[in-house]
Amino acid sequence: MPQTEVSPEIIRVRDLRKVYHTGGVDVEALRGVELSVARGEFVAVIGPSGSGKSTLFNILGGLAPPTSGEVWIDGVDLRKMGESARTEMRQRKVGFVFQKYNLLPTLSAHDNIFLAQAIAGLKQAPAGFDNVLKMLGISNRLSHKPQALSGGEQQRVAIARALVNQPAILLADEPTGNLDTANSNAVLDLLRDLNKRTGQTILMITHNPEAAAFADRIVSMRDGQVLKRSEGENGD
Amino acid sequence: MINKLVFENLKHRWVRTLLGALLVGVLVASITTLIGLSRGLLEERAARAKGTGADIFLKPDAHGTVSFASGPVLEKFVPFVQKQPHVAQAVGVLVQPVELITSINGVNIPEFERISGGFHYLEGGAPTGPDDLLVDESYARQKKLHVGATVRLYEHNWHLAGIVEGGMLARFVVRLDTLQQVTANTGKISQILVKLDDPARTDEMVDYFNKVLAGDLKAISIADFVSQFNISTFPQLELFINIITTMWIVVIFLVVGLSMYTAVLERTREIGILKALGAKPWTILDLLIREAVLLALLGWAIGIALALVTRTLIVTMIPASLNVVNVPDFWPKAALIALSGAVLGAIYPGLKAARQDAIEALSYE
Repeated sequence: MPQTEVSPEIIRVRDLRKVYHTGGVDVEALRGVELSVARGEFVAVIGPSGSGKSTLFNILGGLAPPTSGEVWIDGVDLRKMGESARTEMRQRKVGFVFQKYNLLPTLSAHDNIFLAQAIAGLKQAPAGFDNVLKMLGISNRLSHKPQALSGGEQQRVAIARALVNQPAILLADEPTGNLDTANSNAVLDLLRDLNKRTGQTILMITHNPEAAAFADRIVSMRDGQVLKRSEGENGD
Repeated sequence: MINKLVFENLKHRWVRTLLGALLVGVLVASITTLIGLSRGLLEERAARAKGTGADIFLKPDAHGTVSFASGPVLEKFVPFVQKQPHVAQAVGVLVQPVELITSINGVNIPEFERISGGFHYLEGGAPTGPDDLLVDESYARQKKLHVGATVRLYEHNWHLAGIVEGGMLARFVVRLDTLQQVTANTGKISQILVKLDDPARTDEMVDYFNKVLAGDLKAISIADFVSQFNISTFPQLELFINIITTMWIVVIFLVVGLSMYTAVLERTREIGILKALGAKPWTILDLLIREAVLLALLGWAIGIALALVTRTLIVTMIPASLNVVNVPDFWPKAALIALSGAVLGAIYPGLKAARQDAIEALSYE
C-alpha cells in the first residue's frame, strides 16, 4: 500500500528526476524538480517547450512513473505506487483538463462527464454538482455531442468531467491552447472562480504568460528544473 | 455507462458495424441453412419411408441405412417373403438415383397401393401404360408440369400420368418392370417393403426375418429405420458439419478480429482518454469484448433472418430440388459459434489496447 501522511501541502515534489530511454540514449526530462503546492492553491507552471512541464504534468497525474525523487499527492507517496495504484489514483485524486479537450466523440457531453464517474465506480454525482455545471454554463448543452459544441464549450465539459469525482487536484495542460482570446479568458475566469468558490486546487501548465497571470502563483521551469525564483506572484 | 459507450461506438462507425455484422450474418445463415438442408433431406427420406405404410423394411445385408443405389437383391425373394407367416403384402422396390439427392422408384403399383392405402392424386391417375410416371406435387410445381407431359429420366421418355401428394415412397414412381429394363436391372430390386397382418408382431417378425434371411437380407422395422434419419447417425455428415463449423468460427474470428484491430488503431486517442480517466486494462479489454459480443449478436440476428429468407426462397422456388427445414433448436448453437469467433477475435486487439501507454495514446493524431 502507498505510504500516506497528513500534510498542508497537497503536492510535494523533492528532487524529482525523470529519464527517458529513447533509441539507446538517455534523455533527462526532469533534473531535480522541487515544488510544493498548498491545498486550495491555483498554481501556473510556465516554461518554454522542452522545459519539462508536460513530463511533470504526467508524473503528477500518475500517467508516468518518476525515475527518482519524492512525489507526494494528497498525502500519498507516488514512488510506492505500481501501475494499478496509479490508475486508481487517476480515478479519484486527479482530474485532467487537456489542451485538445479529449472528449469521446461518440458520447454526449453528459455521458462524457459521467463516464469518468462510472470508471471510478461511483454511482451518483456529488452534491452541488448541478451548481458546478451552471457555473460552467453547460447545463443546457449536456445532450449535445462534442462535434456540436464550440471549443470553449468542449473545454468547459472537459473541466466538468475533471471535477465530477471531486479530485484533490485539477491538472490542466494548456487548457486554452486551442481557444481564441474570448474563450480563453472565459475558461481561465472559470478556473479562477472555481478555485476561489470551491477551494479546488489547480495546477495549470501553460507557455502563455497571460494565461499564467490568472493563477495565484507562477512557477517557472527551464531545462527540467523549477527556477529558484518564481515569477509574477499574484497572490490575491 | 460502459454499455452505452459500447453501443455508441458501434453506432458511430455504423458502416463498419453493418459490414462486420453482415459478414458474421452470412456465415451464420450459411451454417444454419446447411443444418436445415441436412435435416430436411433426412426428414424427407424418413417421411417417405413412413409414408409407405409398411411395417418392415428388408434391404441387402451390406447396405447402410441410406443408399440410393440399386441393391443386388433378386426379385425372387419377394414371393418367398410373401409366403412367410403374418405377411399381408410384400412389395419389391427398385431404387435408382436421380439428380444427386433424390430417386426414382420402380414398384408394382397395385401391390404398393395395397400396403400404403394408395396415392393421393392431385392431377391424373394411376399409371396404366409401361412408361407412365407419377411425380410429387413439389416437383410438378417447380418444373411446371401437368399430366400428359413428357419427362426424360435415364435417357428414357416417361409419360406423366399423375401428380401425387408428396411424402410417399419417392419423388418419381414408375412401374417396376419398366425401370428394371431401362436401368438394366432385370430381375433385380433394391429392397422389399413388408406389411404385416398384425403390426404388433413387428419386432417378432424382424427377428424372424433376420434368422431366415441371414446373409442375404437384413430386416429392420420402419420405426427403427425412420429413427435413424438424424445427423448424428451419419458420422461422415456430422464430421463434415463439424469441420465447416470450425472453419466458420475461424472466419468469424478473422472478421471480428480485423474489425476490432482497426477500431483499436482508429481509437488510440480515445483509449488514452479512458486510461487518463483511470480505466484499468481489464476495463479496456472488457469494452472491446462487449463490442465484439454485440457485433456477433447483431450478426447472429441478421444471419437467422437471412437463413429464414433463404429457406423461404428455396421452398418457394425449388421445392423439389432441396428440402430445407427451419432449425430453431440450432439457433442458440449458431449464436455460440458467432460469439466464440467474435470473442476470440477481440482478445488480441483488446490486449493491444489494454497495454497501450496512456501518454503515447493521448498524443496520437
